[in-house]
Amino acid sequence: MRGYVPSYELTTPASLDEALALIANEPGTWKPFAGGTDLMVLLEAGKLPHRNYVNIWPLRELRGIQITNDHVTLGALTTYTEVQTNDVLRREFPMLCQAASETGGLAIQNRGTLGGNIVNASPAADSPPALLAYDAELELVSSAGSRWIPYDGFHTGYKEMDMRANELLSRIRLTRATAELQHYYRKVGTRKAQAISKVCFAAVTRVEAGRVADVRIALGSIAPIVLRCKQTENAIRDKNLDETTVRLARETLMREIAPIDDVRSTADYRLRVAANLLVDFLVKLRS
Amino acid sequence: MVTKTAIELKVNGESHKLDVFPMSRLLDVLREDLRLTGTKEGCGEGECGACTVILNGQIVNSCLVPVAQVAGAEITTIEGVADGDQLHAVQQAFIEHGGAQCGICTPGMILAAVDLLERHPAPSEADIRIGLAGNLCRCTGYMKIFESVVRACQK
Repeated sequence: MRGYVPSYELTTPASLDEALALIANEPGTWKPFAGGTDLMVLLEAGKLPHRNYVNIWPLRELRGIQITNDHVTLGALTTYTEVQTNDVLRREFPMLCQAASETGGLAIQNRGTLGGNIVNASPAADSPPALLAYDAELELVSSAGSRWIPYDGFHTGYKEMDMRANELLSRIRLTRATAELQHYYRKVGTRKAQAISKVCFAAVTRVEAGRVADVRIALGSIAPIVLRCKQTENAIRDKNLDETTVRLARETLMREIAPIDDVRSTADYRLRVAANLLVDFLVKLRS
Repeated sequence: MVTKTAIELKVNGESHKLDVFPMSRLLDVLREDLRLTGTKEGCGEGECGACTVILNGQIVNSCLVPVAQVAGAEITTIEGVADGDQLHAVQQAFIEHGGAQCGICTPGMILAAVDLLERHPAPSEADIRIGLAGNLCRCTGYMKIFESVVRACQK
């Protein structure tokens, strides 16, 4: 049954500073509310136990995409629609745009935000595998200041994050590559739109003379957190893309991930699909 | 218990001042406070698109928007699509080509199509499929809806 609407507070601060002061003064009392595409679903199901929210959606400080020579920096409230329509992102970070285009449908993409996708901390989220593969960094702000941290390591357990109660995620930073990269992103769900992933696979690679000079791989829906698969990367990096490499990488990935049975799929199916996606990625890389 | 607050918003060109609980769903405010029952509730969790409205020029699922976030906004519902007695080309095409059966998905489907044609006046087949991907229909099998949108573009 739907949550009782009059018991929920949603207060709108005039500025980011005001929002930060509010969450600092009453630690743990206030949680951020952005596009609502996850929280309103919980409200409808009567599964939104927390009652007090700060409406951060109107905060201009958390919007916009900044491009410099070295970086693309996205405000945490950047929507999936804004991600898909940015030329630099389409050219240089195509997996992020693909993830955005395969999340929900247009109405969800107009409201869902990149920052929300990160801090909602679902292991089945679609943009985190791409962000991990691109080695994204996060800026966390509080009334005491700000800190930049690598996204890799931010999720510490199921729905647990390296984030304090007085902090908000403010920006996501991507480093622009100087070399040519190969991008491979596949979301496997029950249908193309409006589906939550069974398995999501993102990999970015730099190939030099048939040899894998660098590789970063991340998967979703195969562990309690979205996982950067470093053992699998090590099985591929500095290797030629021959049959032995493909076989060893596949075996490594199957040991490195730990999918479970749930409403959307089974551990067995996820393990097999993840392995197949890795092989497909490596075979495409070779050709 | 949270107290109601006053917000202003513009729906189909008309300004309204309302006292609302901030977490009330835009869907309920439209249907119950403003009596605009053309907007339908399907799943209530952003999966089906029956409650689609246009909010500041973009389609949204009104079941997922708390009303505190639409203070000062401009909203178009199905009641605001026609120009007086003159139906929108999309509405006319749905009538002529059998785009509606039971009618529950129709308002959302039409708003998604109106939004699509505003962004892409001559959409490709793929554009139409992407534009309507968030709207589920359990009657038509989609082909009549698809054909209605194609015909609406030809007007």
